Amino acid sequence: MTTVDHTADVPARPGDWVRERLSNALSEFTAAAALVVLFVVLSFASPHFLTADNLFNIGAQTAVIAIIATAQTMVIITKGIDLSVGSVAALAGVVGAITVRDLGFSIWAATAVAIAVGGVAGLVNGLLVTVARIPPFIATLGTMSAARGLVFIITGAVGVYGLPESFQLLGNGEILGIPFAVVLTAVVAVGVAFLLSQTRFGQYTYAMGSNLEAARRSGIPVGRHLTAIYVLAGLLVGLGGMIAASRVNSGQPNYGIALELDVIAAAVIGGASLFGGQGRIIGTLIGAFLIALVRNGAVLLDISIHYQMVIVGLIIWAAVYFDQYRRRRLESRG
Amino acid sequence: MSAAPDTERSTESHDVASDAPVLEARGIVKRFGHVEALRGADFTVRKAEVVALIGDNGAGKSTLIKTLSGVHAPDEGEILVEGRPVRFSTPVDARQAGVETVYQDLAVADDLSVAANLYLGREIVRAGPLGRIGLLDKRAMRRGAAEALSQLGVRIPRVTTPIAMLSGGQRQSVAVARAIIWATSVVILDEPTAALGVVQTERVLDVVRRARDAGMSVVLVSHNMPQVLEIADRVEVLRLGRRAARFRADDVTTDELVAAMTGSLVTETDER
Repeated sequence: MTTVDHTADVPARPGDWVRERLSNALSEFTAAAALVVLFVVLSFASPHFLTADNLFNIGAQTAVIAIIATAQTMVIITKGIDLSVGSVAALAGVVGAITVRDLGFSIWAATAVAIAVGGVAGLVNGLLVTVARIPPFIATLGTMSAARGLVFIITGAVGVYGLPESFQLLGNGEILGIPFAVVLTAVVAVGVAFLLSQTRFGQYTYAMGSNLEAARRSGIPVGRHLTAIYVLAGLLVGLGGMIAASRVNSGQPNYGIALELDVIAAAVIGGASLFGGQGRIIGTLIGAFLIALVRNGAVLLDISIHYQMVIVGLIIWAAVYFDQYRRRRLESRG
Repeated sequence: MSAAPDTERSTESHDVASDAPVLEARGIVKRFGHVEALRGADFTVRKAEVVALIGDNGAGKSTLIKTLSGVHAPDEGEILVEGRPVRFSTPVDARQAGVETVYQDLAVADDLSVAANLYLGREIVRAGPLGRIGLLDKRAMRRGAAEALSQLGVRIPRVTTPIAMLSGGQRQSVAVARAIIWATSVVILDEPTAALGVVQTERVLDVVRRARDAGMSVVLVSHNMPQVLEIADRVEVLRLGRRAARFRADDVTTDELVAAMTGSLVTETDER
């Protein structure tokens, strides 16, 4: 059998394996390093940072961002985006709170309702994207506005108060000294990470974000799969919204405004690509932790909320720039 | 004129290909509004041969390919696979009938590994209940991918490498290999080397040859006449939505192919 001389092409080099691994995890390393630096700096900068209370607080705060960012990561991997997460989280939290206050639901039943509310919102997003063929950015922008409007209509723009102590379980409860919310986050993160990396569902998710047409021609039911992803993301956003409501022991109609920026930032910092096809939950967790630290540190150091917004904006720019830079380098090898 | 039209008699003497067509299109008509892209087109592919499909722009090559691969449903005419009439409403139908197609640039998912691409849509899952929830057997896919690629002579660093890190030739070789691995009767390649350099093109053609030698039938759409003569066993020429000529590749010249494409040489009699 005659073979063609392949030497003019890219041969396997011993360093390739390492480089491949590195480029996969590069943004995760970078984000983790930034996280460690920020942690150390804050430890020295504020005497209140390394206290048990504050760390517990950071844990719970990270949890909400992390769970919703996990949902966002799934959507971003498909080359989509979900701008409605803040409004939907508020809607879920408010509805959950109302079922406890007015219908006497237990915290568990209320949580189930909140998750279902998120799922319905996710289904709406999914159908808008797959059936109505509206681009995700616009579809979820509409949901963002509609869901927020619903929140104000349901509550009359007044917070839902008068909840029993038990309502705080998700947000402020603990198991063996670990915030309950952190335990929930771990369960969600492990579950979604497994789904994405080890199952056919995950494989289809990356394939669709990477090359939708190739996925379709491979016989993947892309419409159904994409809808499923938005629904799953919505369920998680519902859970996150319930935890957030539980933390403040009330349903807040104004909760989650601009939350989408934090969670998109968390996902992108962790290596999820807005161009689709890339992203891992471990990276998103690091990104969520980083964002929560920035928020927490800014409060401890008495930096105004306005500066916080500027800082988050700078982080988003840097993360997206880095993502593009990485893409270009990868492609220039081709 | 020395070109012998590829009549029934001349194919009998072909020592590799057997007579029975593995894929045949008869009298395919396809209209888009008032435009008739195919006007009774015929096309024949026999076992273990490389057939080049050529024609000028607008001759209907793409439409014919898309009809054979299930993207378009024909308005009239029939398609036969291994002698049995088939109806393709989707590309999935065509694939299930054993016809795999590689489109110019849409074939692979860049972010997925080589192995994941080869098994895309046909993932191997673990045995038992874990398989039912879709738990992947990545090791089996890696092993299968490495084995299949080495049989086809496709050289890539590792099957775990993301496609984005491969060269254009390697990428196209993977796309072609993927089609060959899953096809049971015919692989259709639409301009598989259009974007490639000389060495990379040679690699892809080498994969095609190996597939043919292993008994696969290959349809090659190409504009590159020297390449067509280099790799094809037969050439079918499409002109104005109809088959205009058929040749054995070893007794036709580039000039004759061009003549057939432009209409100054017609070997097919008009039966309709």
